[in-house]
Amino acid sequence: MAEYVWPAAGDRLHIGKHISRLDGPVKATGRAKYAYDVNRRGMLWAIMVQCPHAHARITSIDTSAAEAMDGVVRVHVIQDVGTEIQWAHDEIVAVAATSEEVARDGAAAVKIEYEVLSHFVNERAVDEAPDAQPAQAETTGDPAAAMASAPTKSSGAYHVAQIAHCSLESHGQVAEWQDEETVTLWASTQAISGVASQLGEQIGIPASNVHVETQYMGGGFGSKFSVDRWGVVCAQLAKDTGRPVKLMLDRDQEVSVAGARPSTHAEVSTAADADGNVVAWDSKSWGSGGPAGANSPPLPYVFSFDNQTHMHTSVPTNTGPARAWRAPRHPQACLVTMRALEDLAHAAGMDPLDFFLKNIEKTGERASTYVEELEKGAELMGWRDRWRPRGSGTGTVRSGLGLALHTWGGRGHRSNCEVLAYRDGLVEARIGSQDLGTGTRTIIALVLAETFGVAVEQVKVTMGRSVLPASGASGGSTTVGGVSGATRRAALNAVDAVFERIAPRLGTEMANLELRNGQLHFKDGSMAAMPWRQAAALIGVNPVSATGANPGPGQLNDSGVGGIQMADVSVDMETGVVSINRMVAVQDCGLILDMKLAESQVYGSLIMGVTYALTEERVFDPHTGQMLNAEMEFYKLAGIEDVGEMIVHMMTGPGYDERGVIGLGEPPVIAPGAAIANAATNATGVPINEMPMTPERVLAAINGGMA
Amino acid sequence: MRAFEYSSPRTTEDAIRLLSAEGAVALAGGTDLLSLMKDGAAAPSRLVNLKAIPDLTGAHETDGGLHIGATTRLGPLGEHRVIRESFPAVAQAIAGVRSRQVLSMRTVGGDLLQRPRCWYFRAGFGLVPMHDGQSMAKTGDNRYHAIFGNAGDAVFVNPSSLAPPLIALGASATVLGPDGERTVAVEDLYRTPASSDESEFTLGAAEIVTGVTIPMRSSSNATYEIRNRKGFDWPLAAASVAVSDGGARVVLGHAAPTPWMSAAAAGALAGGISEASAEAAGDAAVADAAALSGNGYKIQLARVAVKRAALAAM
Repeated sequence: MAEYVWPAAGDRLHIGKHISRLDGPVKATGRAKYAYDVNRRGMLWAIMVQCPHAHARITSIDTSAAEAMDGVVRVHVIQDVGTEIQWAHDEIVAVAATSEEVARDGAAAVKIEYEVLSHFVNERAVDEAPDAQPAQAETTGDPAAAMASAPTKSSGAYHVAQIAHCSLESHGQVAEWQDEETVTLWASTQAISGVASQLGEQIGIPASNVHVETQYMGGGFGSKFSVDRWGVVCAQLAKDTGRPVKLMLDRDQEVSVAGARPSTHAEVSTAADADGNVVAWDSKSWGSGGPAGANSPPLPYVFSFDNQTHMHTSVPTNTGPARAWRAPRHPQACLVTMRALEDLAHAAGMDPLDFFLKNIEKTGERASTYVEELEKGAELMGWRDRWRPRGSGTGTVRSGLGLALHTWGGRGHRSNCEVLAYRDGLVEARIGSQDLGTGTRTIIALVLAETFGVAVEQVKVTMGRSVLPASGASGGSTTVGGVSGATRRAALNAVDAVFERIAPRLGTEMANLELRNGQLHFKDGSMAAMPWRQAAALIGVNPVSATGANPGPGQLNDSGVGGIQMADVSVDMETGVVSINRMVAVQDCGLILDMKLAESQVYGSLIMGVTYALTEERVFDPHTGQMLNAEMEFYKLAGIEDVGEMIVHMMTGPGYDERGVIGLGEPPVIAPGAAIANAATNATGVPINEMPMTPERVLAAINGGMA
Repeated sequence: MRAFEYSSPRTTEDAIRLLSAEGAVALAGGTDLLSLMKDGAAAPSRLVNLKAIPDLTGAHETDGGLHIGATTRLGPLGEHRVIRESFPAVAQAIAGVRSRQVLSMRTVGGDLLQRPRCWYFRAGFGLVPMHDGQSMAKTGDNRYHAIFGNAGDAVFVNPSSLAPPLIALGASATVLGPDGERTVAVEDLYRTPASSDESEFTLGAAEIVTGVTIPMRSSSNATYEIRNRKGFDWPLAAASVAVSDGGARVVLGHAAPTPWMSAAAAGALAGGISEASAEAAGDAAVADAAALSGNGYKIQLARVAVKRAALAAM
């Protein structure tokens, strides 16, 4: 019986090394086929007609002109007369035609009339919201009394704009029916297994008859868990026409309806004692992510104080609905908390590094990790030599430093894996997981190769199909723990199964066998080691098969990480332009399987963080409620020149490795905005309290709200 | 997408004849027109490609100055010896485009005649969008809109990269149409429309710009742009300055429905460029600026752009 553990530090063949992602070459050369690239014989294109109003009731739909057009094969009413539409760009009708161009013309020929209703899209003006939903305050201790008697106080208002996921590959899929009861969906999804179940249910066939395939995925960030209305419509159109149908969202639809991160606005008061210990926290927040409003961000974030109170108001708006965005609610909470604490440190006359260290016990069980990470970050940033009190700079361009802490769970999800060992020496993992581009495929291969003691190139990963052993959705940093746990257990079981099969043929006991460095070893030395391929030949024509699952026996993964980031920025005091000089990210995530992939996750997160910190926001027209920047010209994503130098340090070794694998998708994207805002505040000498930190907002802060 | 004819004449005469049909539109680099067509904001019945006309491309020195053909691409133009040595204001404006893809396709004529980036215009509400009898942009989100020349309903900004430096350098444009050729100052290519039915250009039916000529006058000149992103991004403010023995010119981009010439700023620089006169030029440039509801910050940026352009020219 296998012992379900990760190999000890000295025994690791691949784990912890810098291994390049296996699908890098096919992606770089364009050979990787995404959902958008799938083209089937006789395929139709579908285009959806969008509602131009943010709030309206459909009064009539006339599809006759579209239906009469050459090349239009089917017009499908998605939302019928009488339906109340709650956001602009919502889908009303889909047109399937023989080409994308004809489908577009057909969509333009559909006539829809609306009764236009009043809309609300500016949640920042919470007092004007027609349907604000305040929640009960959550209070610990007596913040009012603690605040009243404290010598150091600070207060501020902090704002985080609503942003979109803006996945480079938009949402969508190709659907093709094999027979009346069986459909294949090539989907851009974070959840192949879940989408199969959802589509089966909604279209009235067994989930097992829905085959979802996702080999490569162009970004989801939390917005691609559902089959979505367009997935069901696509499958329905394919069924009705008897032809494959492709339906991918246009860029404007992608940015306006396919995912939003809720805004957060907060007013915070804090207090500290004479030594710089935080003694009180009082926050009121509100925000919106569409018709359902927004749940409260976790405030205060990372820290818990003896005396604290928080109250949140959810503000429904007539805007495209929120979806989970990488570390839901955390980046907003991080900005509000870390800016407020930086302001309190300033009021206390302390270096924020000292101030955060002083209060680090209030972070709970990760306190010692944060201390190690802050010290490492300070070393990499040169913080102790370079930090100057707020507003010390002179001249037109002033630089400053800022820091922020974050936390996340990241426990592995439910996952199943089958491992097959063939007599030609190939070892295969079959697993119903998807790879969002994070390197999941590489991780599975690496764990399998590690366990069999062979090179990563000697194993095969079959994944991305819902017919394979079910694995959870890729979200919440749960994938790496889930698939590595399932694969490790399956692979250990498979090694045992191989030994069981071949030991008699070698005239020995299975307990006498061991796979190491591509060779089969005999522990008792009775025979010389033989290459794995030679040993595998004894398997016979039937491959050995074994399964493993997560969760399962043995401690292979864990939950809960810290992480700190520091920013070095320059601000042009005359233009308000913020430039990133350097970002330092220090991150723990338990046992790191592939150092290169882990570091890449952090680099990507920093870039995404710089984007939402400096340029990215959804802008809505007050007249129509339409999103004004639902394209990539004014929905501004950072370019490589905007990113600055990035320094990533992963915490490894004793204290970290033995925890097992912990997810990394969310943690490093939480703190960049807060660290950058604190650095901009330090540089300018005035509180920079709003994201994105556009020249407009930074100048307004510098000019005391005059701009 | 509306079906359209495509023609690629070899002479300007053929081009003018082909452009005389209803709905015909000239196609140069296509960096603007093609996206307008994809967005449904333009639906020409005929595209007349100008890039195959040999006479329209390349830059060469003439008695009147440096003549630049209308279909000369921005990228190569930025490398031209005379542009680099004598007209840094043009080279800097080209560098400000930031996209290698755009630089390799966008032409001089196309840059001068590109349509505004106003998000109401691009969403199909028209160049002078109205809502309940009021200017939609004026009462809506106008963070990128005009701070000059915005008293009427039109508040979009002219997006041309080359217009500010060319106007500052006193360049002229050659215009060819069914009635022959005429020469106009580059600034006279532009007008402010009163409604979405009117054009923001002064070109007549079937007229094209065939080239521009920059007089070979010795000047201190420079362009300065302020952008949110360092990469490909529209400037929030841009200014070109040229100071010669004949006087000074200061032109702002992304500031008004037309490239905006500031006589007051030019006056401040007439005596030469210094730290003080540059500062004064910035102040003078925005003395009569008028903020809309959401673009007051652009006044500060315009002031700084003028000042820094002057200092860069010093």
